[in-house]
Formats: sequence, C-alpha cells, structure tokens
Amino acid sequence: MFGHALDIWPAAASANAVETDHLIIAFTVLTVLLTAPIFIGFTWFAIRYRRGVKADRRHGEVRSSAIEMTWMIGPFLLTLFFFAWGAQMFMRDKTLPAGGLQIDAIGRQWMWKFQHPGGQSEINDLHVPVGENVTMHMISQDVIHAFYIPSLRIQMDVLPDRYTNLWFKANRTGSYHLFCSEYCGTDHSVMGGTITVMEPAAYQQWLGASGSDMSLASAGEALFQSYGCSGCHQGQSTVRAPSLVGLYGKPVPLEDGRTVVADDSYIRDKILNPNNNLIAGYKQVMPAFKGVIAEDDLLRLVAYIKSTGVRAPM
Amino acid sequence: MTYAAQRDAHVPHATIDAPKDYLHITHTVKSWLLSTDHKRIGILYLISITGFFFVGAVAAGLLRLSLVVPDGSIFTNDTYNKLFTIHGVVMVWFFMIPSIPATFGNFLLPIMIGAKDLAFPKLNTTSWYVFMTGALFAMLSVLFGGIDTGWTFYAPLSTAFSNTYVSLALVGVIVVGFSSILTGLNFIVTVHTMRAPGMTWFRMPIFVWTMYAVSMIFLLATPVITMALILLVMERTFKIGVFDPALGGDPVLFEHLFWFYSHPAVYIMVLPGMGVISEIVPAFARKKLFGYKFVAYASIGLATITFFVWGHHMFVNGQSDYASVTFSFLSFAVAVPSAVKVYNWTATIHKGTLVLDTPMVYAMGYIGLFVIGGLTGLFLATLSIDEHVHDTYFVVAHFHYIMVGGTVLAFLGGLHYWWPKFTGRMYNEAWGRISAVLMFVGFNVTFAPQFILGYLGMPRRYHVYPAEFQLMNIMSSAGATILAFAYVFPFVYLLYSLWFGKKAPDNPWDAKGLEWMTTSPPPLHNFIKPPVVDFEAYDYAARVPEA
Ligand code: HEM
Ligand SMILES: [Cu+2]
Repeated sequence: MFGHALDIWPAAASANAVETDHLIIAFTVLTVLLTAPIFIGFTWFAIRYRRGVKADRRHGEVRSSAIEMTWMIGPFLLTLFFFAWGAQMFMRDKTLPAGGLQIDAIGRQWMWKFQHPGGQSEINDLHVPVGENVTMHMISQDVIHAFYIPSLRIQMDVLPDRYTNLWFKANRTGSYHLFCSEYCGTDHSVMGGTITVMEPAAYQQWLGASGSDMSLASAGEALFQSYGCSGCHQGQSTVRAPSLVGLYGKPVPLEDGRTVVADDSYIRDKILNPNNNLIAGYKQVMPAFKGVIAEDDLLRLVAYIKSTGVRAPM
Repeated sequence: MTYAAQRDAHVPHATIDAPKDYLHITHTVKSWLLSTDHKRIGILYLISITGFFFVGAVAAGLLRLSLVVPDGSIFTNDTYNKLFTIHGVVMVWFFMIPSIPATFGNFLLPIMIGAKDLAFPKLNTTSWYVFMTGALFAMLSVLFGGIDTGWTFYAPLSTAFSNTYVSLALVGVIVVGFSSILTGLNFIVTVHTMRAPGMTWFRMPIFVWTMYAVSMIFLLATPVITMALILLVMERTFKIGVFDPALGGDPVLFEHLFWFYSHPAVYIMVLPGMGVISEIVPAFARKKLFGYKFVAYASIGLATITFFVWGHHMFVNGQSDYASVTFSFLSFAVAVPSAVKVYNWTATIHKGTLVLDTPMVYAMGYIGLFVIGGLTGLFLATLSIDEHVHDTYFVVAHFHYIMVGGTVLAFLGGLHYWWPKFTGRMYNEAWGRISAVLMFVGFNVTFAPQFILGYLGMPRRYHVYPAEFQLMNIMSSAGATILAFAYVFPFVYLLYSLWFGKKAPDNPWDAKGLEWMTTSPPPLHNFIKPPVVDFEAYDYAARVPEA
C-alpha cells in the first residue's frame, strides 16, 4: 500500500514536501558543481603527474591568498542562498496557522494516541482531511519521542511536560507512514502507524462512524465538575478563585508583577503545580493535581477552558 | 647517509652509532606497562583502541545482519538496541576520540618538534591507565547484559526509564574523559615548551598544529560532558531532578550540555584526520603543502567556531526558531571552510611528482569520503532539509562518511605511512593498496544507500522497518561484508610484517619532517643529538622539471 521496493524517492503529499524536494535537488546540483573540480582535478593530476611520467612540473608560489580567498568565500556565498531558502521554509513551517483543525497527540512508550476535537480518539492511526490546515498539538507522557511523517517532510520532537506543535496541509489523499523518530526505548521502531489523508466528506463520515458521545470540550466540562474544579472556579463567584470563562489566550497579572499569557502550557502547569505563577489578588488555595490527572484529561480540560468563549476585556 | 644528514650537519645522522631503539631496549611486560616513553605509550594505545575497534565492528556486523530482514526476526528489539548502543559508545569514546591523538599524537608529536618526550611523561602513563579503567567500566556494563540508551544517553530515557547498567557505562565515559583532558594538557605544554631550537610555530608540521587544536577542544569541552554525565548519574541515583520533568527537571537541558561537548567532539575526530592527510599528501606528491599557513590557521579557527554550532542538533526539539536560524547560519560558516580545505590538497598535487603508494591511496579515499560527508553536513545544517532527514538514515550515512571517512581512513593511511617508523618493518605494498581500494569500495556500497534510505524516511535506530526499505538495507549489509574484509585484511598483513616484513630504512618514503631523520624505530630519546631545525615544514625541493 505504500509503494514499491524500487522507489528511491518518497511520496510527496503536500506543497511543502514538493518544495523540500526542489530545495534538496537544487542543493545537490550546486554541491556536485563545487566538488567536481576536486574529483576531476585529483584524478587528472594523479594520472598526469605520476612519478616517471614526463610533465611540466615548474611551479611558482605554493600559496596564493587570492586563490584561497576565492575558493573559501565563493562557495560560502553560493551556499548561503540555500541557507536562506531553508530558513524561510522552516520559519513558515514553525508559524502556526490561525484556525484550522487541531488534533491532540500524546506519545508514550510505545504508541501514539490521537484525539480529534469531536472527542474521537485513535491509536497509531491518524485520519485527517485533505486541503485543510491541521495543527498537531503534542505532548509526551514519559520520554522524548518525535512525530515524523516522511511524505510531508516534517517532524517534531514530542517532549514530556511541554507542548510542542507541528502543522501541515496535505494536498494528496492516501495512506502514508507515521513514525516515532526519536529513540525512545525497546519498541521504538514499532511505535508508529499510518496517516490517512481523506477527502473532507470522507473525513466527516469517518468522524461520524468512529463517533464519540462527547466532544473534547464537553468531556473536559464533565471532568471540570468531577475533579471538583467547578467548586471554586464556577460562575461569577470570584471570591475564592478567578473564573476561567474566556481565560484562554488572555494575559494574567501575577503576584510578582509579571504577566503571563494563559496558553496551553500555562493552564496545564497551573492545574498540576498551582504554586507556580501565583496570580495577583488571590490567595493560593488550589490543590496540586500532579500525579492525579492524566495527560489526556489535561488536554480535555484545556479544550474545555478554551471553549468557554471570550471574556470581557479586563 | 640519510638525505637530511647529507644536507645539514645539525641534524643527527641516525645510522652512526645507532643506539638500541625503543622497542629493543628492554623486553619485559613490566617495562612496557610502566613505561614513561611516549612511543611505548602510543603503542599501548594503538593496541587498546584496535581491540575496541573490533568490539565495535562486531556489533556493527550484527546490526547489519539483523537489518537484512525488515521484520526484526533475527534479534529481539532489546538486543538490537543494546547492539547499536554498544557500537556507538565503543566507537565514539573508546576508538574515535582517542584514535589519532592518543596513538600517533603520542608517538609522533614529540619527535616532530624535536623533543625527547612529552612534557609530563608520568602523566602520560597515568592517562593510559585512566583510559583503560574507564574502558573496563564500560566493558563490564556490556558483560552484565548491556545498555540500551544509545550513545547519546538522552534523559529521561536514560535516567528514569532504563533499567540496564547505565550508570556503570556512564562512569566509564566520565573516566575516559579525564584521560582526554590529561593528554590534551600534556600536548599543549609540550608544544609550548619543548620545541627544538629553530622549530618555530610556522615550521611545525600541520599534524602538530591539529594536535594542538584538538588539545584545546579536549581541555575546554570535555569538562562539560563530564559534568553533564555526572549529573545524569546523580539523577539516576538520587533523583535530584535536573533532567527528569517528573522531578521538575528539563530534558532539553541535557541535550544542550551533551551537544556542547559532542559537536566539538566531531572536530576531535576530523581535525587529526586532516593533520594526517596533510602529512601524507605532500610526501607522496613531493611538494610543499599548498597554503601551509592557511591550513594551520584554519585548524585553530575550526577548533574555535565548532563551539558555536551545537544547536544544529536540536532544530526540531522545540528550541527557539530564531536560535535555530542562527545555529544554521553558523554551521554554514564552519562547514564551508572545512569542506573547501580539500582544495588545498588538490592544489598540492598539481604539478607534483605523485607516488601512489598505500598511504596515498588511503589519503585519496579519505578525500573522497570526507567531501561527501562534509557536504551532506551542509544539507543537515539547512533547516527545512533537516526537518525531514533529522534522526533518519541520512544522518547515519552522513556521520559514517565523516567519522569513518574522516577518522578511520586517515587513521589507516597514517598507520601505513608511519608503520615503518613505529615498528622498523615494511609491509607488503600490493596488499596495502588492495586493502585501501577495498575499503573505499566497501564503504561506499555500505553507506551510500543509506542516504536514499534516510530521504525515503527510514528513522535511525530502527530494528523493524517497512518492507519497501529492504532492498537498500540489503545493499548496505552486502557492502558491510566487503568492509569487514577490508578491516581484517590490513590487520593480518601488518601483523605478518612484524615478523616477516623487510627491515625498514630510516626514511622509506624519502619524506620530510624530523620523524624521518631518526632511526626506524627511534631510539629511547628520539634523537642521538638534539636536532636543530633550519628548514621549513614540507621542505620538498622544487623538482627539476623532467620534461
Ligand atoms: C563496518 C563498518 C560499520 C557498519 C556496518 C556500521 C553500522 C552501523 C549501524 C547499522 C548503526 C545503527 C544505525 C541505527 O540504527 O541508527 C550504526 C550506528 C553508529 N555507528 Fe556504525 N558502523 C560501522 C562503522 C562505524 C565506525 C568505524 C564508527 C566510528 C568510528 C561508527 C560509529 C557509529 C555511531 C557513533 C553510531 C550511532 C550509534 C547510536 O545511534 O547510538 N560506525 N553503525
Ligand atoms: Cu517514541
């Protein structure tokens, strides 16, 4: 299903993949041009100036600053073009698109767990729609893993205790490999599966078929009740704790005068270690949930908080 | 009379009143094990690292055997992981890093600058013992069942999730680090204080320059890995929470500390190779090294800027994107000059008088592999290419080209070049040339397919892989078989030469440099009379045109 043994070029399933191919081909051409003088020169000189062969061996200076500077700076400037091209593509890959579909991924020894916003979850397989920006929002439960899709030419480490992201826009339907590319222990080489890029309609159908009762956000809301968060944070009663409605993405003034933006990492950290980043104007009474709430429930809680709309400007 | 003695009365004429050479002064095992003679210590290192090389090579052979089938049915995943870990650990820390500096550096550096010995001979003996102690710990960890963290020991896998003998191996690597530091210190002081009269800085052979540059890296970078690994051991033992996020640590911190050493370590592997090749090429082209001063400066320059590029190992680990762009740029700035250094060797043989003896054939193989290894390094420094091929077989191919091309071929080239000096015996020239060609061919068949595998997307450290990668893997394993012969072959005929080889003349290649002006093998204090240097490095006379 993934092509044939004789293929020496990977499938390209996105514009980014095609551009990466162009970049590497062009760079290869340049390096061949730069190294040809060495290979040809060495072979030619080795034959022409062998001992016993008659040749003109009179030579002048064995050092020439002009020549040396030329062959240092010339290739350097030529290669800089590729540095710039690669850097520009990289920055584009690293700048997350606004909107689009966000899929959460949790890496652990030795499987991938994916959660779609509608609450559908899958293991090692990943379904995505074609032609849509997809952001992978990733965290590891144990060691460092890395999420790698060769046909999209992208990978990103998945770290414990820290969210990392990766986005892509596939433009060809089909099934492609998905690997863990950071060595993570015994079954590292079997930690992977298949990404299936589908027509949007087929994706919707797939979502329906693997349906779940609850979207991530509503699952998060249920957790918000069951872990007792709502006891303090619910509604307008801001006496004991700040309301979390519309918190996501907003600046939070801290006790020590700093301000942090309430992003995924901040919210996750506040749940696990409330004693970090004390908030201005509140007494810290929140219990720490470290070791209590699992990564996937954390994702649900963050999804819920994110879904609670926009808070009126403070 | 030797050429040098004919030309210059200051240079001792070695064959007059030749005293007993360093090999024959005493014969007991104790006289070797307690020797403070830099030459004997060099030979001790040579024997030790050859042993480690074969340990690493057997592991490599088993890895390649296992990868012939895609389903991993030959070994268990655990066994495979332990094999590549031990292969990496042994090859990096017990072969490559000490290889050229500890063997040729020890043996040749004092002779090349006209000194009697290193500045601290007893420290030198100590450093070999330190090295062997470290190796003992690492080997014990293998005997107890091996370790499965990879030679990079990334946390928290190595601290919280591995129940193999990681600490034992770490102690081994830490201890070996001290031996590097001692050797580096000894070399630096020796170069500063023990040069013979007339041996100015710009008369030193490039090999000495590169040893000097490498010593700086030893001194400045090794303490960082020592510290990082000590923290790792403490984390394993006392759960101190430096790297493990479950304890409040940061795993990326370990990556920074690790690569802050391990990137410069690449130049510990590359620079000595450049030094060896810079001796061989002029000797077999009978021409002064093109741009001598430039190559000397470049060695120091490379040793310096290599400290500023460690971040290019971490483009996809979540470090700041601007940091990545900076590290990418700096990597271009290092890689291009090192790659274009080969233009100097090419220019050196232009209008030379070339003799294609074994060392030169190795040197030519080296240049071919080094160019490919160096330029694929530029590909990896290109951000969006690395985003695809990072941690794939493309990287495996690249670092084998650089490390095997840059270190092993230079090492073997140097071994063949100085073998008559070390041992007083000649080896069979035809066999030598065959082994060099075989190695070049075997090497390319083994590692060239891995560039394709990597671009196809096969991650490294993979034991089980999709079936469509099998063909390239089989090619690679077939190449490894050729390569295995190419490694065993020189081992056999060099050993054979020790007993049956022709007696070597003092200067079999008619080469320049103080090491060729003393006897083969040299006497205890290297020279009968201390030499006086009144000639430039690579003083190959401009030849009378033969046309
Ligand atoms: C006979 C020649 C060799 C063969 C066939 C060979 C093969 C291999 C293989 C199959 C791997 C594992 C790749 C992976 O799964 O990621 C590997 C890794 C490695 N090799 Fe070699 N190798 C050879 C020689 C060498 C030499 C001479 C050196 C150093 C001087 C070396 C240094 C390394 C290192 C540092 C690694 C990385 C280990 C790790 O990922 O932890 N290899 N080699
Ligand atoms: Cu993994």
